[in-house]
Amino acid sequence: MHELPVMQSILTIVLKHAARHNVKKVHAINLLVGKLSDLEVEWMQRYFDHLSAGTVVAGARIKVGWVPAVLSCEVCQTRVEVDKVNLDGITCPVCAKNKFQLVSGKKYHIKSMEAE
Amino acid sequence: MSTKVTVVKNVLDANDRLAAENRTLFADKKVFVVNLMSSPGAGKTSLLERTIQELQGTWKIGVIEGDIQDTYDADRIAALDIPVVQINTGGACHIDGNMVREALPGLNIDAMDLLFVENVGNLVCPAEFDIGEEMKIMILSTPEGADKPAKYPLMFQSSTALIINKIDLLPYVSFDLEKAKRDALILNPKLLIFEISCKTGDGLKDWTRWLNEQITALASK
Ligand SMILES: Nc1nc2c(ncn2[C@@H]2O[C@H](COP(=O)(O)OP(=O)(O)OP(=O)(O)O)[C@@H](O)[C@H]2O)c(=O)[nH]1
Ligand SMILES: [Mg+2]
Ligand SMILES: [Zn+2]
Ligand SMILES: [Zn+2]
Repeated sequence: MHELPVMQSILTIVLKHAARHNVKKVHAINLLVGKLSDLEVEWMQRYFDHLSAGTVVAGARIKVGWVPAVLSCEVCQTRVEVDKVNLDGITCPVCAKNKFQLVSGKKYHIKSMEAE
Repeated sequence: MSTKVTVVKNVLDANDRLAAENRTLFADKKVFVVNLMSSPGAGKTSLLERTIQELQGTWKIGVIEGDIQDTYDADRIAALDIPVVQINTGGACHIDGNMVREALPGLNIDAMDLLFVENVGNLVCPAEFDIGEEMKIMILSTPEGADKPAKYPLMFQSSTALIINKIDLLPYVSFDLEKAKRDALILNPKLLIFEISCKTGDGLKDWTRWLNEQITALASK
């Protein structure tokens, strides 16, 4: 379900930029998405197709670059990349402490679009 | 000919802007806003009922309910004689800054000290959408399992306090309380943890006392 409101926001932004650049057709939209956001490309595409029907961006392919989740050690600021986090026994590779701050992993950025 | 149009835009910008406006408004009116999040059924409405009963003699309280459809939860709150607005999320999986802003005219926030927003039951997206709250509070209930911090790190990372609810069920469910707390603290070393039962009332006093202190601190700023 989360894909629907997110794709709606993406469509709004993309349409604005398409108009500004006098674009006739958009082939692809490049996104950067944090791995912790739980979006699925297949559903992003489906909702996007549904929402964009009849606009200049209809038919555009959604391409996702996944941004890994990065934790930063509270003590020595060493950065640790994690996937779906397994916290059992996770420790800082440098100081061996186990307290972290989340640095990235929750973003939705539109990077560019391929258009003509 | 195909060209590349650079966009570089944070999709959440629009929401973040609205949330910032909400936050300014809340600061202006001195309303302490709590964004309450959890899975469906973890006990958000139950916690609100308990907390309101404890604090309504001290503070003027209001509630925004983010149920997907019906008004069950709003009715439960209204039964306590507390102003409540139901947001029609239209099936959306979270409440965003704009929905909160649109709900505000239905509440008299001029005459309010404490506003609870019961988010939609979901451990993923409510954590991503700022609504202008003072703090996010999350509930994890014991039947859900102790693997939730590892599976939904963002929620635990962005909350000020974690309420572990339904501790009365600990003898019946295999919930590793120590692991849940340990993992939550790895992700968020500053997280405050309260262990409570909305059924028996165990642990509730510690929670309401702490919340009361937070509101007092804001009100006397
Ligand atoms: N045993 C036990 N049951 C509880 C406790 N807290 C809540 N419940 C029960 O759990 C169920 C769900 O509680 P709610 O307060 O409606 O949960 P919620 O998070 O508001 O649910 P949604 O709004 O539907 O997401 C109800 O049947 C409650 O009576 C508790 O501490 N112990
Ligand atoms: Mg509820
Ligand atoms: Zn370290
Ligand atoms: Zn959502």
